[in-house]
Amino acid sequence: MINDMLSYFADAANWAGDTGIPARLGEHLWYSFLAVVAALIIAFPLGVFIGHTGVGKVFLVSASNVLRALPSLGIMTLLVLLMGIGLLPPLAALVLIAIPPILAGVYAGVANVDPEVVDAARAIGMKDSRIILQVELPLALPLILGGLRGAILQVIATATIAAYVNLGGLGRYIFDGLAVYDYGQVLVGAVLVTGLALVLDGLLAVLVKVFSPARLAIAR
Amino acid sequence: MITFESVSKTFPDGTKAVTDLDLEIPTGSFTVLVGPSGCGKTTSMRMINRMVAPTAGRVLIDGQDIAEIRAVTLRLGIGYVLQNAGLFPHRTVLDNVATVQRLLGLSKSQARAKAHEALERVGLDAALANRYPAQLSGGQQQRVGVARALAADPPILLMDEPFSAVDPIVREELQAEVRHLQAEIKKTIVMVTHDIDEALGLGDKIAVMAPGGQLQQYDTPLQILTRPANSFVNSLVAKDRGFRTLSFATLKDVDATSLGSPGSDGLIPLGVGAPGWLLELDMALRTATWRGPDGEETGAAVLHRGDSVRSALDAVLASPCSLVLLMDENDVPRSYVGLEDLAPYLRHGVRSRA
Repeated sequence: MINDMLSYFADAANWAGDTGIPARLGEHLWYSFLAVVAALIIAFPLGVFIGHTGVGKVFLVSASNVLRALPSLGIMTLLVLLMGIGLLPPLAALVLIAIPPILAGVYAGVANVDPEVVDAARAIGMKDSRIILQVELPLALPLILGGLRGAILQVIATATIAAYVNLGGLGRYIFDGLAVYDYGQVLVGAVLVTGLALVLDGLLAVLVKVFSPARLAIAR
Repeated sequence: MITFESVSKTFPDGTKAVTDLDLEIPTGSFTVLVGPSGCGKTTSMRMINRMVAPTAGRVLIDGQDIAEIRAVTLRLGIGYVLQNAGLFPHRTVLDNVATVQRLLGLSKSQARAKAHEALERVGLDAALANRYPAQLSGGQQQRVGVARALAADPPILLMDEPFSAVDPIVREELQAEVRHLQAEIKKTIVMVTHDIDEALGLGDKIAVMAPGGQLQQYDTPLQILTRPANSFVNSLVAKDRGFRTLSFATLKDVDATSLGSPGSDGLIPLGVGAPGWLLELDMALRTATWRGPDGEETGAAVLHRGDSVRSALDAVLASPCSLVLLMDENDVPRSYVGLEDLAPYLRHGVRSRA
């Protein structure tokens, strides 16, 4: 099986064309990117709003729990049945799993900013938009990036299901391999997804470090 | 002039934070709101920059109802110093101080230039300008807080227990600094504290408040000390009242004895003031030393005419020969004061001489 995988990797033909490894990798990243961006558009403003005003905390917790409990594959299958084959059903499923970590990160980051610092900002004459942009978001950045990192990893791992409904991505190798009992190919898919997740996680970890300098770690 | 017109603040649960407060704070004065926790002093102060809205009554600045001024505009014209400085942890000291100027629309470089001036004014080393607040001591952070409040040169300065979080030595230093600053810049300062000593030492006017936000007395420190309006105020100032009163008389009119001329050994005999004692003055090193009959040597305290009778009495009590030196206008010790010279202040109380 390992040998099958290695020879698959060694075959130059598998690295070229529309179904080659680079193309599949590109598709996988593209789905993931779309899903995370869509989740950001939904979850980021919502998290900032709830964190800044404190309105809707109960909603946030219950919605996150519900979303976390949803099975991605089930959601996608249901949406396919409702809407037919297309990019939208898998994308929707991915967006739904990306929202909770982003929402939690943004909300926690903004809500946990020292209330005295926010009070000071308001008292010296900042309006709410300035408080959010100049005080809360910069201070929340480490937690926001942490949430984003979690969301990206989950989406990368879950984007394999897009292949289940005849789309591309690294899941292709897994579902195609399973269909013809070619476990070498299944392993190719698994290794690629794992590798991609690890590389991205490393990059994001560096990013989080860069934006959470020591000055934020020291207690005031 | 800041005017409170029958201002009340009742919280939704029915708690009265401030009850029917009438107060006139003159422009350029240093007014201290003092009282135990829960007496509504901070709530009252925060009504001046609309951080708290009164449930009844009005607050006016120079005759204008502040409820009619946009909150952000109002606050940009009022400096605010918080208990724990409330600095932005993600901004350098310089950018913290430049914040208000930036909000007022100044360019980054102009705002930073002003911020440098403000840091200098509060006695902060320019080398600290590029540090982050977490890298400073509590006292330094508090100075940055004052600098941030002063940077835009607002006519009004609000201070919420600004010195309560720093250690006693730094607190005294900061208090002296603020007193000095106020003499220079003449803002309308409103400060909140629970420390009656701090209030007596800093304020031109003191408003004593009791739980429930009831104003007990609004008067000068000396009046508060010597003529407390009721038993509540009395209980606040009863301790050490006599000594505290001496803080309000200066040595301006005290009868000092001029120093004689030095003998052949360069030492000045003190004569009847302290028989057997000699004074050694080193003008180059700017030191003064008492030399006793048995050869003991003690550094001599030196005061100015502007210092208080309280500090003079303290120095006299601490001196081995019961004397304290007085400087002339040129900072040269020319005379000394003993217990007898202070006696009139002690015997008749400060009221007769102040």
